[in-house]
Amino acid sequence: MDTAFVIATIGRAFTAGTPLLLATLGEIIAERAGVMNLGIEGMMALGAVAGFGVSLESGSPWLGMLAAALAGISLSAIHAFVTIGMRAGQIVSGIALTMFGLGLSALIGKGYIGRPLQTPLHSITIPGLADLPFIGDILFRRDPIFYFAIIIAALIWIILYKTRWGIAIRSVGENPLAAETMGVDVAWVRVWCVLFGGALSGIAGGYLSIVYNPSWIEGMTAGRGWIVIALVIFSFWNPLRAVVAAFLFGGIDVMQFSLQSLGISPNLLRMFPYVATIVALLITSSSITRRHISAPEALGEPYQPR
Amino acid sequence: MNRHVFDSLEMTGIRKSFPGVIANDDISFSIHSGEVVGLLGENGAGKSTLMNILYGLIQPDEGEIRLNQSPVNFASPRDARRHGIGMVHQHFMLIPTHTVAENIALSLDDAPFFDPVSVINDRLDVCSRAYGIHVDPKAFVWQLSAGERQRIEIVKALLGNARLLLLDEPTSVMTPDEINEFIGVLRAMTAAGIGIVFITHKLEEILSVASRITVLRKGRLAGTVRPASKDTNRSGDTAVHDGKNMETSSGHDEVDKAALARLMVGRELEQIIPGKSPPEDDILFEVENLTVMDDRGRTAVKNVGFTIRRGEILGVAGVSGNGQRELIESLAGMRSPESGTARLADRVLPLDAGARAIFESGVAHIPEERMRFGTVANMSIQENIILKAGHRAPFSRRGIISFSAAANRTTEIVNEYRVAATSIVAPMKNLSGGNIQKVIVGRELADHPALVLAAHPTYGVDIGAAEGIRSHLRECRDAGGAVFLVSEELEELFELADRIAVMESGRIVGIVDPRTSSFGEVGMMMAGAHIPGRAISSGDKP
Repeated sequence: MDTAFVIATIGRAFTAGTPLLLATLGEIIAERAGVMNLGIEGMMALGAVAGFGVSLESGSPWLGMLAAALAGISLSAIHAFVTIGMRAGQIVSGIALTMFGLGLSALIGKGYIGRPLQTPLHSITIPGLADLPFIGDILFRRDPIFYFAIIIAALIWIILYKTRWGIAIRSVGENPLAAETMGVDVAWVRVWCVLFGGALSGIAGGYLSIVYNPSWIEGMTAGRGWIVIALVIFSFWNPLRAVVAAFLFGGIDVMQFSLQSLGISPNLLRMFPYVATIVALLITSSSITRRHISAPEALGEPYQPR
Repeated sequence: MNRHVFDSLEMTGIRKSFPGVIANDDISFSIHSGEVVGLLGENGAGKSTLMNILYGLIQPDEGEIRLNQSPVNFASPRDARRHGIGMVHQHFMLIPTHTVAENIALSLDDAPFFDPVSVINDRLDVCSRAYGIHVDPKAFVWQLSAGERQRIEIVKALLGNARLLLLDEPTSVMTPDEINEFIGVLRAMTAAGIGIVFITHKLEEILSVASRITVLRKGRLAGTVRPASKDTNRSGDTAVHDGKNMETSSGHDEVDKAALARLMVGRELEQIIPGKSPPEDDILFEVENLTVMDDRGRTAVKNVGFTIRRGEILGVAGVSGNGQRELIESLAGMRSPESGTARLADRVLPLDAGARAIFESGVAHIPEERMRFGTVANMSIQENIILKAGHRAPFSRRGIISFSAAANRTTEIVNEYRVAATSIVAPMKNLSGGNIQKVIVGRELADHPALVLAAHPTYGVDIGAAEGIRSHLRECRDAGGAVFLVSEELEELFELADRIAVMESGRIVGIVDPRTSSFGEVGMMMAGAHIPGRAISSGDKP
């Protein structure tokens, strides 16, 4: 294998991992606040079609990304209303959201099938660093959303662990009653976290239809929303681990095609994220690690203020 | 925020009703700077409601709150905190996966946005100098004992500039030593002008620390009294839990305690007559070399052995977390031991075979966590009564439940234990804690078990119901059964038990005779001190 091939493969792994990372970060924030949103697949699909449509009609991929974020936010607002406002079950609402998002995106996207996007996002070349051998091409000549995702990951880590907001968010996810008595508005925190998660999921969808594969086809999210749910667990709800995990899973995604020529079934690799997640679940549920790296205590539980 | 000046607080004519009950009816309450006021009452007397109103958690229907003579209205806990009121809940409002510093930072309104925990260290220093409270900011809350968690709650309130502290049963989770230290902290706080409302149902304790005591009964004010013998008690802080000395040292105390109890329950309590019939000589229950792991895989019970004779109550004293829980769970079949055997009347108990097998062997279990292990909240009282024996006659035949048999048994228990319930088919969750416990005890003791395992049977139960539960345990003993009683209330152990085993770090460090021992001695053993001549390990001949 020559260097160019390796660089291209690793590069594609980053591209494949970027939407996974964005959506994973969004879900981490929501789950840290105690709200599980299984509607990621739906939010990504709606984000993809909204992003593609607006980019195509306006000629601006940036407007497309904005539209994708708004699409994700609007779907997640339904989830926020149902699970936080009405205190209904998060699992049911999330699954309904996925089905709704997939169906709605197919309906909206009928006219866009087969139309190419003429205005993709251009890569950004970081001066100086881009000329480094090997890693210059891999890390420093990438699309802007890739950098955005990395910055967001760092920002979320800082917010979660180094700010008052972070303590409030984590408290709401661990023990909402305690947070409430400490003067934290539980519902308010949860709503914002869910909406933020929706925005990132929407952008992840937009990335698929604007950058990764500039076109629209029905079901182009192809189960990535579920991989994200797995990634959140796999990264133990930590945004920095999510960076590593998302690009690792992105790499596996790319390898499906590369290894096919070697006679390895792509189905085998497609199973990997889920197998890895089951292993991660086993680790988190073992009693020894439970105190250190476990799901937020109040995850999935509607909070009833007194 | 500036330091508040707290002078006085008055609540007058407070009334609050919930659907079906009047929780507070025309209650008045007051406290001044530097004062400890006791708030005493049985469960359901309205103490929590009154304090939740004061802390802004719920709004009163009627009544007025005046802080430093001017009317105030607390819309939320945050609002109350802004006025210098802090509350330490009985169930701690701490987040176990966070560090101590993070928990404190969450409660501070003026912590910086970035790196909020950075200011905690300095403030903790101030707190430890002023009141003698020490906490480690870097520790994770899940690593701390209940007593230490309590301290964090108090620190949290103090750092929030609380000048009036509401403490909800603060000593229920403490060791005798921790209680002593805590009373020192109380004195430092009152000396600094802080007012303290001390909610409790322990009479001795409140008599020795409070300057006034407000007693609530069934949602109404039963009276506000002053402990008559306050000055004689002041002589030593240790008097609080050294109940034996108190009873003999002054006549006032006994009168006061009785009067206070009468005020609290509204009737004369039966005079406690130990009247222990001597146990018979034959050993009914014998445990040998029992070793049990805790949830985290550490050895919690280390090679423990003991015997209980027919007609005997063996009490187990110890600070919570020293293996009592794992010991009783393994005997009840809920937790497989690593090694060891238990024999009941010469039959080996199948400790590995699960709770059902143990139950079938004639063992009753009153579990520690009554909501988690004792009952199913959404099922009816009647269904809960037949929860354990429902698979066999008379409650079911060939898999079909006989609800008439279940109803008969339930009615018997409800009548005998005076369970306050609207109907025997009412869901369990509608009952108060004390009534739930009555149902559990009634169920467990109904079939005359040979061995009763009781974990904290009167914890959180009001004084009247607790006395009933104790007398039922005594009846079991007098009927020739063996009772294994784990309790954190030394008074209860000294009153009920024929012998008291003390557990510390997973071992039985000694077994004492309550007639010749004292609270002080047992307290020392609980704290790990070696008492010469008391270290009985397995050959526990009384």
